[in-house]
Amino acid sequence: MATIIERRRPRTPRPAQRAQTGRSRAASIVWHVFCLALLALLLYPVAWLLGSSFKPGTEILTNMNVLPDAFTFDNYATVFEGVGGLSFWTMLGNSMLISTLAVVGNVFSCTLAAYAFARLRFRMRRPFFAFMLVTIMLPMHVVLIPQFIIFQQLGMIGTFLPLVLPKFLATEAFFVFLIVQFIKGIPRELDEAATIDGAGPYRTFGYVILPLLTPALITTTIFSFIWSWDDFFSQLIYLNNPETYTLQLGLRLFVDQTSASSFGPMFAMSVLAILPVVIFFAVFQRYLVDGVATSGLKG
Amino acid sequence: MTVAVDRPTDSALTAPAQPPAKASRQRPRTGRTGKNGAAYVFLTPWLIGAALLTVGPMIASLYLSFTDYDLFSAPEFIGIANYQRMVEDPRFWSAVGVTLNYVLVAAPLKLLAALAVALLLNKARRGQGFYRSAFYAPSLLGASVAVALVWRTLFANDGVVDTGLSTVGIDGGGWISNPKLSLYVLVILAIWQFGAPMVIFLAGLKQIPQDLYDASAVDGAGKLRTFWSVTIPMLSPVIFFNLVLEVINAFQAFTASYIISGGRGGPIDSTLFFTLYLYDRAFTAFDMGYASAMAWVLLVAIGIVTALIFRSSRAWVFYSGEEK
Repeated sequence: MATIIERRRPRTPRPAQRAQTGRSRAASIVWHVFCLALLALLLYPVAWLLGSSFKPGTEILTNMNVLPDAFTFDNYATVFEGVGGLSFWTMLGNSMLISTLAVVGNVFSCTLAAYAFARLRFRMRRPFFAFMLVTIMLPMHVVLIPQFIIFQQLGMIGTFLPLVLPKFLATEAFFVFLIVQFIKGIPRELDEAATIDGAGPYRTFGYVILPLLTPALITTTIFSFIWSWDDFFSQLIYLNNPETYTLQLGLRLFVDQTSASSFGPMFAMSVLAILPVVIFFAVFQRYLVDGVATSGLKG
Repeated sequence: MTVAVDRPTDSALTAPAQPPAKASRQRPRTGRTGKNGAAYVFLTPWLIGAALLTVGPMIASLYLSFTDYDLFSAPEFIGIANYQRMVEDPRFWSAVGVTLNYVLVAAPLKLLAALAVALLLNKARRGQGFYRSAFYAPSLLGASVAVALVWRTLFANDGVVDTGLSTVGIDGGGWISNPKLSLYVLVILAIWQFGAPMVIFLAGLKQIPQDLYDASAVDGAGKLRTFWSVTIPMLSPVIFFNLVLEVINAFQAFTASYIISGGRGGPIDSTLFFTLYLYDRAFTAFDMGYASAMAWVLLVAIGIVTALIFRSSRAWVFYSGEEK
């Protein structure tokens, strides 16, 4: 009994040993077949989207095959020429700019706040921290209208500022919490050693904590980028000037068009709009999935 | 913008030049003012945000909910008239019905799917990591306008789903245009994104000590018995966590219903989510007072439901550290 438990610890998970016997090889095959079938079902809509973006518009609605009967690049050509009088490249640039600034803002402001909450002592720490946790769960609708009025008074409607500025003020409390949890895992002895060497809180932050934060900052970067990329609601409200339209808002223009000829460009642009997310996923999937597993990110 | 970026960074960079000499040795007690000061420097962006973008707007929106306000003329105090109007507003009640229906159907089904697949993957065979990532992918894509457009097309009249079902003899027509089925298009989209709670379940399953399974096997418990008596109780804190998270998210669903119904919540208000109606009141009708009142109703509703889940958790969530 004891040996079994000790065996289990280093690396080899228990069922892997069992997998060697003949009977469970069959079970293993059944398991893989089942997983692959589920995977095919789950990825079908995305594969169909990708395939349909190469189909002529008339074929898209009814052809359930992933691969096109008649292969064409015309949809992409149409998108690159512009959608609804708007340049695709402008929309891509706008989306990129907003998401990049959101990443910079979140990494900057949430890291600073998290360090204060995790390591520094100050009188209002407990109430502020509790308040910060509550704001994670707060539906944004309850601050939406006054925020809109503030940005309107400041003349910022139709600019990127209402989407970007709040990120520099650590309003996405989730990331503050994420980084707080991460800092708490860093041994305090490191801080104390720095203190003995004469470093104050600023140097301790800059030379001890910040260099160790990389994994948490990568998670923050990825999710900040993707969430702000897909933040349709805020973009819909604040970006009423066509020059500031993002890819998401450009895609919305297809909603009112029901003719078959619009399906092709709509899907081509859809593919292009989710491409950055897919690339992020492919490159950082370990960070993404582990980030969700350890912190309960909603994803 | 640049102001916001530059100022605090500057202070953080220049500060080490004159280290707060006091805060050395006796870290816990003395040097308190120095640390206090430093803490507020680090907290400055968050404090500004919390005051100007959270607390202030919350108070303002509570006040606005008692006014008639169209964004162009000054708000006029009308007492609880907005809340009274809600009671008689049929579209408000459809929005409440649709949202509750969605929360009650989509959140549990999504969690069930997530738990089932997590149990399947927990078998620790080769390829587990690959499947885990792949099943998680829809959670990342699902929030996008692009995927909502795909769903809209897949479930359209004569679309892929309609055609597919016709070949097996089910003639439903387009789900999107059928008020009885349109909400389920959104439910299916929600279930499709089971990956995020699945990953959390998997992490929870790995935390269950092997001893418990061994002990249960020694006691002669079968698979089902072990599942109900070991896995489920040990996993209940994670189930609880996922449930709270999914319910709160489901209350605030917006993008997919906006895209799939063309922003109108149709057909016959069957996909008119609470947030969609709130958006419509605020930014199409410019009925800002009424929309503020709706926002507070949403906040209170989410608060009550979350409190109920917390209350019920005493009966079904098991924390292994605690003595009963």
